[in-house]
This record gives sequence, structure tokens and C-alpha cells, in this order.
Amino acid sequence: MITAGVDVGAKFAKVVIFKDGQVVARAKALVGFDVLKSAIEVFEAALKDAGLSRSDIGRVVATGMGRNAVVQKPPINAEEAVSEVVADAAGAFQAVPTVKTVIDVGAEEGRGVKVEGGKVRDFVINERCAAGAGTFVEAMARALEVNVEEMGPLSLKSANVIPMNAQCCVFAESEVVSLIHSKISKEDIAKAIHDAIAGRISSMILRVGVEKDVVLIGGCALNPGFKPPLEKELHTNIIVPEFPEYVSALGAAVIAANPAR
Amino acid sequence: MITAGVDIGSVGSKATVMVDGELYSYAVMRTGGVSEDTAIKVTMWALDGTGIDTGKLNYVVGTGYGRVNVPFAKKTITEIACHARGAHYIYGPTVRTVLDIGGQDCKAIRCDDKGKVLSFLMNDKCAAGTGRGLEVFADLISVPIAELGKVSLSVDQEPPPVSNTCVIFAKAESLALLRQGWPKERVAAAYHAAMADRIVDLLTRVGIEKDFVITGGVAKNMGIVQRLERILKIEALEPKMDPILAGALGAGLFAKALYEKEQGLR
Repeated sequence: MITAGVDVGAKFAKVVIFKDGQVVARAKALVGFDVLKSAIEVFEAALKDAGLSRSDIGRVVATGMGRNAVVQKPPINAEEAVSEVVADAAGAFQAVPTVKTVIDVGAEEGRGVKVEGGKVRDFVINERCAAGAGTFVEAMARALEVNVEEMGPLSLKSANVIPMNAQCCVFAESEVVSLIHSKISKEDIAKAIHDAIAGRISSMILRVGVEKDVVLIGGCALNPGFKPPLEKELHTNIIVPEFPEYVSALGAAVIAANPAR
Repeated sequence: MITAGVDIGSVGSKATVMVDGELYSYAVMRTGGVSEDTAIKVTMWALDGTGIDTGKLNYVVGTGYGRVNVPFAKKTITEIACHARGAHYIYGPTVRTVLDIGGQDCKAIRCDDKGKVLSFLMNDKCAAGTGRGLEVFADLISVPIAELGKVSLSVDQEPPPVSNTCVIFAKAESLALLRQGWPKERVAAAYHAAMADRIVDLLTRVGIEKDFVITGGVAKNMGIVQRLERILKIEALEPKMDPILAGALGAGLFAKALYEKEQGLR
């Protein structure tokens, strides 16, 4: 059976088309003002890429914070919605079968999931504070006047440790500005920013415990500056699978393929 | 005896000059990039026109976020102690609960009839529930910060509060509300309501007892004050002077007590 997973996140919508245990197409786009419309566009782009139409897809499962917008709504007609945590576990297990701990850092949420055979054993979520999510790096990139994509590579050029005292995104913006005024280099500030978010994510992850293998997914996993400080904080190697931002959508597609799970 | 209290806050800096424990003159200014310069400037400004120069100050106490950067302060005292002491001076000995909402933190303080701190709770980690959060909103809807509270009260009916706690997320949520066609007054009301709820949480945890007073810059925002009063069903005492001075007043009073002790006067 061919299935699809639709992950409607806070910032991006991601779709994975899954056939016989393999991903045959993936697509993503920014979520606009009209959530359903954005999801439909991404869904259709993925179908086109796979050379399929909706009628070829057996089941569709939705996840992500906007998941309810696509359930039972044509033309996507997702049969079911599952939580991000469940999708994370299933997707990470599909991508890395040895996974025991999933760290998913998206635009507006950070999650830690303990996984056993693709099922959730325990989890922890931060959905209240921007300082533990991708938004933090974005806001700091604005303060530093660099593109968000450059933040990671910039941070990797520094080996210095500049402590950031502010926890809050709003306060950290002011702190970055005062670091700039104190003539600290952009590289050092970028490093400090990544160290700070890694510190917050790891203290959250430690609440569920770290067990190998540890897999990092979500849009923030695309940031090369994020993994090294996180590995240091958690004292473990971290695996970033290919296409880490699609892992939740993949999980939804895997769940769609196993309705009797 | 001439003493001074210098309160270097994260956003505003205040200095008081006190003669025998009574306020003689004061100054308030925005905290600049270098706290030390600001401390000097605000003190000089408070002394300006009084005929008193720094050499005549018997004792200076520094307080606030930047208290270690007050060059001529003989001692630093936490802003918690200073706000309780200052509130006692402004509002009198019946004060039992002081809520101080500053630029980057919010403190709920219980105190006794001498203005001594009994217990306190503080949020200094998160911009939600602080003046900085209000500044972000003033910016978003292009209303001067001094008018924001009034604007938030100009709605016929109170909208549901903004649901996100985090200022960054609340800003995004409010932007979506503006796009949906909400007038800015309504968005301001929704944010003030959320902020008031958050502050009430802090107050309830420390326990609220009459008389209740509010100090710090946000005490001037009627949108917050009136909503707090409505939720808590308790009225805040009317300040007899600028409530933003509470910390600097407390510092000036501690300076007097420390000087007397030093001189063997008590």
C-alpha cells in the first residue's frame, strides 16, 4: 500500500509519500496564513513528484500542530491525526532502527521522546518558551544581522566560550546587542547562542534520560552548529538522519501503513 | 545628613537625594549601554540645582540590576529589600504586599510594618510579565509605551487573553489577530489581560495580604493595574509619589541607617 504522512508544523508543512517501506517523494513549504491551503499545496507537490494522484494513496495520517486542519478535509482527507510525539517515535525508528532517544527541535517546540521499537515510552515537551526552539536562533540571527542559515557555520568557526546569561528570547536579543557593542566577534556570539540553546534543550532531554542511540530530528537538525554543543552537553554521540526535518512526516506515513498497530 | 540611593535598573535608572531620611530631589533616566556612566549621570542630575555636590553625600547605596556598577556607592543592597523599604516610605507602614514590575523582572514581596522583607517570589528569567514584554507590544501596534495601558482600557468588552505565554509567541499570535481585523485596542487588551493573569499567579504563590501596592515603571500602566485589581478583588493604594522611585528611595533610606551605624549614632 502507498501511504502519506502530512506534518503541519508551526513554520513548515512537510509531506512524505511512502511505498513498500521506502520514501518515494517528499515536499515541504512554509505554512502561510491559510493552513489547509498550504498543506494542500505541499501535498500536491509531493504527489506530482511521485507521479501519483490522491486515489493512489491508501491512507493518509496527519501530525504536527496544524494536523487537525487536514483531517477529513478534501482533497487530502487524512484519515487520522497522531500527536507529534507518536510520529517522532515511529519516524525516528524507521530512519534509525537502533534509536532509543529522539530529540526533535522544530520552529516553536522542542521535544524529547524515549522510544522502544518505534513506540513512545516517555516524553517531554517545551511548547511554551521560544528560547528552546528554532525561533530562538532565528531571533538571534536577526539581532546579529546574519541569515539564519549562516548561524550554524558561523558558530563552528569559534572555539571560545562566551556565557549568555539571558534565558528568554526577548532578553537574549538585548544581550546579543550588548555583546556586539562589546566588540565580541559574530563567530563567538553565534557560538554562544548555540551553546545557550543546546544547554536548554539538553536540560529538558535529561528529564526523560538519554539512552543510545540518540537521534536528532526537526528543522533545527539542519543547523550544523547545533549538534556539537548538544553532544557535549549530553555526553553522547548524536545521529542526524538524512532529511531530518521530514522524520515526523515519515512517522505519520509509517503509521498510515500499519493501521492495525 | 545627606544620603543618596542609586537604582540602576535594566531599563530605567533612578537616583534619590535624601536629607535626614526625607526625599529632597531625584532623577530618572534610561539606562545606557555602560551602567557606570549612567550611574554617574543620574546621580549628578539628581544633585543638579540642589547646591549639593557628591563630596557632601554622607553615604550612597546602590541597588538594582546594575548595582555593582555604581562607582561611589559604599554598599550595594538587593532591589528586593530596597523596594520593600521604599514602598514603606511611599505608602506607609500598612503595606504588606509589594508588587514591583520593572523593565526585565517582576517581584512579589511580602513585608512587615517596618518595610522588612518576609518573603518574595521573582521572575527574572522570562520577559512575559515584565515591562519589556509591554514594550514589544507597544512596538507591534505602534502606540507609545506611556499610552499603552490607556489604549488597552478603551475596549467595550474584554477580549479573551492572548493564549501564549512567551512574548515571542504572543507577538506572533497578536499579529495574526491584527491580520484578522482586530483593532489594536482589542489586541492590547488581550495582551494586558494575559500579562495580568501571569502576574496574579506570582502574587498568589507568595500570598497577598492588604495593603497591596505596586511599584516600578509598570505601576504607571493603568491597563495592568486595573486588571490586577479586578482579578484580585483588591485595590492597590494610590501612590503619593512616583512609584518608579521605590528602589532608589529604599536605597537612600538604607544609606541613612548605614551611615548612622557607621557614626555610632545608633
